[in-house]
Amino acid sequence: MAAESIDISDAMVIQPTTLGDWMIVAPVGVPILFAAILLMVRHETRLHAGIAITGLLLTLAANAALLLQVLADGPQVMTMGRWLPPFGISFVADALGASLAFVATLVAAVCALYAMKDIGATGRRYGFYPFVMALMAGVGGSFLTGDIFNLYVWFEVFLISSFGLLILGSTERQLDGATKYAILNLVGTTLFLTATAYLYGTFGTLNMADIARRVDAVRDTGPLMTLAVLYLLAFGMKAAAFPVNFWLPASYHTPRIVTAALFGGVLTKVGVYALLRVLVMMFPVERVELSGVIAWVAAGTMVLGIMGALAQSDVRRVLGFVVISGVGVMLAGLALGTEEGLTGTVLYAFHSILAMTALYLLAGVMKELGGSYSLHELGGLYRAYPAMGAFALILMLAVAGLPPASGLWPKILLVQASLESGLPWLALAILATGLLTTIALGRVYILAIWRNRPEGAPSGEPNARPGLGYVSLALLCIPIILLGVYPEPFIRIAETAAAGLLDPSAYIGAVFPVEAAQ
Amino acid sequence: MTADGQWLTFLALLLPFAAAAIAPALTRALHHNAAWVLAIAPALIFLHFTGFVGPVSDGETLTGGYAWIPSLSVDFSWFLDGLSVTFALLISGIGTLIVLYAGGYLKGHEHQGRFFSFILMFMGSMLGLVVADSFLTLFVFWELTSITSFLLIGFDHSREASRRAALQALVVTGLGGLSLLAGLLVIWSATGVNSMSALLATESVLRDAPLYMAALLLILGGAFTKSAQFPFHFWLPNAMEAPTPVSAYLHSATMVKAGVYLLMRLNPVLGDTAAWETILPLFGGTTLLVGTLLAVRQTDLKLMLAYTTVASLGLLVMLTGVGSEKAVEAAVLYLVAHSMFKGALFMVAGLVDHESGTRDVTKLGGLRTAMPITFTAAVLAAASMGGVPLFFGFLAKEEIYAGLGFANGWTTMLTLVALAGNGLMFAIGFAVALKPFLGAKVETPKHAHEGPILLWLGPVVLGALGLVSALFSGVSHELVSSPMSSAVLGEAVTVTISTIPHIGMPLALSVVTVALGVLVFVMLGQGRAAMAGILNAIGWGPDKGFDQVMRGLTRVSFSVTNLIQNGRLDYYMTATFIAVAAAVLIPMGLYGEWPAVPSMPRMPFYEWTVLLIALIGLGAVIYARDRLTAIVSLGIQGFSVALIFMLLGAPDLSFTQFMVETLSVVILALVMTRLRLSPTDHRPTGEKVMDVAVAGTCGAALGLMLLRVTQVPFNSELSDFFTQYSRVLAHGRNIVNVILVDFRGTDTLGEIAVVMIAGLAILALVRVRSVKPIASKNGEG
Repeated sequence: MAAESIDISDAMVIQPTTLGDWMIVAPVGVPILFAAILLMVRHETRLHAGIAITGLLLTLAANAALLLQVLADGPQVMTMGRWLPPFGISFVADALGASLAFVATLVAAVCALYAMKDIGATGRRYGFYPFVMALMAGVGGSFLTGDIFNLYVWFEVFLISSFGLLILGSTERQLDGATKYAILNLVGTTLFLTATAYLYGTFGTLNMADIARRVDAVRDTGPLMTLAVLYLLAFGMKAAAFPVNFWLPASYHTPRIVTAALFGGVLTKVGVYALLRVLVMMFPVERVELSGVIAWVAAGTMVLGIMGALAQSDVRRVLGFVVISGVGVMLAGLALGTEEGLTGTVLYAFHSILAMTALYLLAGVMKELGGSYSLHELGGLYRAYPAMGAFALILMLAVAGLPPASGLWPKILLVQASLESGLPWLALAILATGLLTTIALGRVYILAIWRNRPEGAPSGEPNARPGLGYVSLALLCIPIILLGVYPEPFIRIAETAAAGLLDPSAYIGAVFPVEAAQ
Repeated sequence: MTADGQWLTFLALLLPFAAAAIAPALTRALHHNAAWVLAIAPALIFLHFTGFVGPVSDGETLTGGYAWIPSLSVDFSWFLDGLSVTFALLISGIGTLIVLYAGGYLKGHEHQGRFFSFILMFMGSMLGLVVADSFLTLFVFWELTSITSFLLIGFDHSREASRRAALQALVVTGLGGLSLLAGLLVIWSATGVNSMSALLATESVLRDAPLYMAALLLILGGAFTKSAQFPFHFWLPNAMEAPTPVSAYLHSATMVKAGVYLLMRLNPVLGDTAAWETILPLFGGTTLLVGTLLAVRQTDLKLMLAYTTVASLGLLVMLTGVGSEKAVEAAVLYLVAHSMFKGALFMVAGLVDHESGTRDVTKLGGLRTAMPITFTAAVLAAASMGGVPLFFGFLAKEEIYAGLGFANGWTTMLTLVALAGNGLMFAIGFAVALKPFLGAKVETPKHAHEGPILLWLGPVVLGALGLVSALFSGVSHELVSSPMSSAVLGEAVTVTISTIPHIGMPLALSVVTVALGVLVFVMLGQGRAAMAGILNAIGWGPDKGFDQVMRGLTRVSFSVTNLIQNGRLDYYMTATFIAVAAAVLIPMGLYGEWPAVPSMPRMPFYEWTVLLIALIGLGAVIYARDRLTAIVSLGIQGFSVALIFMLLGAPDLSFTQFMVETLSVVILALVMTRLRLSPTDHRPTGEKVMDVAVAGTCGAALGLMLLRVTQVPFNSELSDFFTQYSRVLAHGRNIVNVILVDFRGTDTLGEIAVVMIAGLAILALVRVRSVKPIASKNGEG
């Protein structure tokens, strides 16, 4: 067959890519570009923070534009190399992916700001900011890709970047933590890859919209339950769900605090996102079958997670377990699978990204001002720094799900959804987790903030200037309060995201417009 | 409500928060005199709500508000009837006096501005709670009162007792808050309405709902913790660690009544059932007795008052539970009376403490000449508390006895409980009001004299109000008692009781109460000793229990966490791979997704040979004595697989595999020569068997799954497309290459990024040396 006789429109997208479409890949392209720029000026460490913050702000702007476009016009698609889907790799931005990418980039920008103080010249020279940019490229790609193998690639990108961030500093405990993190996460990633190979063997396609529209036809012949469970396990590991979350408490307290802040805010949520995307959109029938299992996993994760927090005396370790417990709460919505439950999960993800990052940064400021991460040694912060009292209180209320902060409404949504689905015990688990969180964080508050500094405890840095820390915390506390006081717009976005997962026709229609029109 | 009124009410609800925002700056400028300015806020609110007294006493109810979260159908809305307006007046009225009192009490305190801010925020929360119409608005404000209470109890944050009390209050009321939330959501799903006004209009829908019992218990969980019902009462006396204005305001006059408010609010829809009429009087009565008996034990003025507050709350719950018209009227009268006299007495206790330096009743005496105004206020308040005729408390007490009576064994018992409780409260009330002032002058840590007007204004006004409101009982009933009682009962009633004593059973019981009270008052010293003996003999209380629960919780958490997160990577790996095997095999088994048994493949002998070599390679890996042998053996297996690819017609894939295998063997071998690893395997036999089993099962499981997948008819759309267009459109003959750089070039971009980042990470790992290695303390660094 000669090239001339081929109708290109059978194979390729003919319409030129519009400017708006570029917004779909900008959240990935911009960070990669800036990672490269940062590498080129590796030794000019003074420039790094400025370049990285500029890059992240540009990414944030692209995310914002994309989110607005998605909210106005529905899912947006761009297929790489102009190959028609499902042959090329499609990027598909829907409300779920675009909103999570936006919130994640927001906290990354704040972390980049805080890192100006937390990361010294050595850390910068050995790649702190390039790692952050690459991490965000991976995270953005994960949220926006519409191809499951490509999702794997972005998982790898942020996994290896996170590994780089984790070992930066090379202390003994960091290497211990990083070893466990790397090995256990590689198992998870490999499992994801294996499952994807099985998936390709079963479906013959990797495009997620394509899979979603074929799944009913394949159900008779393919081992879909096993596939779904494999994905549940693989992404459950990424999300740090019980009982495969060993890597998180083993590693999150070891790196620089700003690294932990970025991880605690963003990484587990990518796992939760992947679970939502794959189980709700691609394997809806299988998700219903698995809902009982997921509900138990959710309850186990949230309760054992917060019990872990109660058992710790190092603030960073407390927070690691609080991250896990939040993952459990998000999984509750996945178990319920109703629109209300999924809305709660998505809203909780917004909240958790913001609040967990802020809490880790708070721990960093505590260490700076109070000289320690240990609850045995911290104290006297309220007396010396009243603003710390305010920040700590807001964040404590946020994670405990109390007004007027961000955790309240997702908790209410999930409790209500649990009750309506006839799972009062799941509602009880969510509420009990809230109470235990109040106790765990309340203890941190009264010891580190209220109590006077214990005799003989190390003091904070002399001439500590918490200005940058305060600015970072304030930047995160504003949206946290906004989510608590005026949650309406955020709930709407979360609702749109949930509805898009439950009924992916708009998503599929955006990827395969011709067939949808037929 | 007109649009203007709507705005004003909305502003009135926000005003305390606005005042809280400016309080610190204002206090920096005006010092303690900022109280005069800040008190304008609650005073204005009080005035605003007096405007509703007229319509409400005519039987009107008013609702208003704004859409807040339409997607959850939550409105920021309010519902004004006799109950909420009375509460709003108590909160703003007493609030005005408390702000002034705090101005004097914390004069010169470095954080007085912060204190004003907290107490105004509390006021706003409490106000929102009692006027809220929408369930979730009510819940939000309910939680906010718990949080502001936490801040106020822990105000003196450098003292351990304050911190403990603050956290305890937060945990206990937080528990109740969650119960309340669940209860409200259950009511919402049972009735389909989510606002108080709508719920009250449903009449008996909730009572007949199958979820009634769940809703009731959950709501009671919220109300009982907030209103300090036995056995959740312990947090309230501990909350006395807060500065006295807080005790007077939150922990006697307002916040602790939130639970009672909730019960009264829901009485028309939840009440009038056997469960309601049993549980409430049971817990209320117990609380009344326990509270008064524990009050006898105390010597601290504030603690004496705190335990009588517990008792009073018990009485209110008991009366609400009885639910008859008279009982509800009694509850309403007593609630209003209690807010006035208890607020006043707390302020008196604080005033005595402030001026004399102690509030231990055994170390006080003879202050009447030094503090005549305080003494007057104290006596007025105690008279109301003791139910002396001419005072508002008397009306309440008459109505209590009239409402209970001796109709049957149950009410007789309740009457006796009330009698005992009232008698003891009479004694405590007068002990607080008289003992510091009468008798011989006792030396106190500070030289006592009358406090400034900021301090005595509050108790005097509230004390006098207890008298005036009773003398003009017609007016106070018309404006307050009757509308509120009607709201609680859900039907219009008129309260008629007046200060003129009527000969009858209630009066007789009042006389007995007073006699009992006088007797206890005289014998208070002995009673105190006796109670101390009994409590020592018991040696345990819910307060200790709270500590035990918290300690136990921490201990259990610690053990569980150390069990799961033990710091050993080999354990983590084993657990993870068990999960992998289970994730494949269990669904395969449960859902019948096993592969069909394949027929024996027909392969030429050389393919069999290669396969055999691969297997030998694997065997060698397992049995290898040192790592170098194992690596090379692994290479054998890899090369065999590459050969199989070649034989099956995939030369490009095969060559890639050859490259990868060669490189990995070389690199791994190089690394191994640099590491000094012990050549022997230290694992005990049991662990070896376990590892073999896990690895074998995982391998078998994944192999079975692969077999199963290959049995699905393959959809070759993608491969066909790539074959068709690879050369003609993508201009490449090697399809694998074209896939990598064109069809799926984005994957490759990502992978290139991975390689780059990996390189950078290795650089960091190699070059960055830690300054000081930190020895790991336990399993995980």
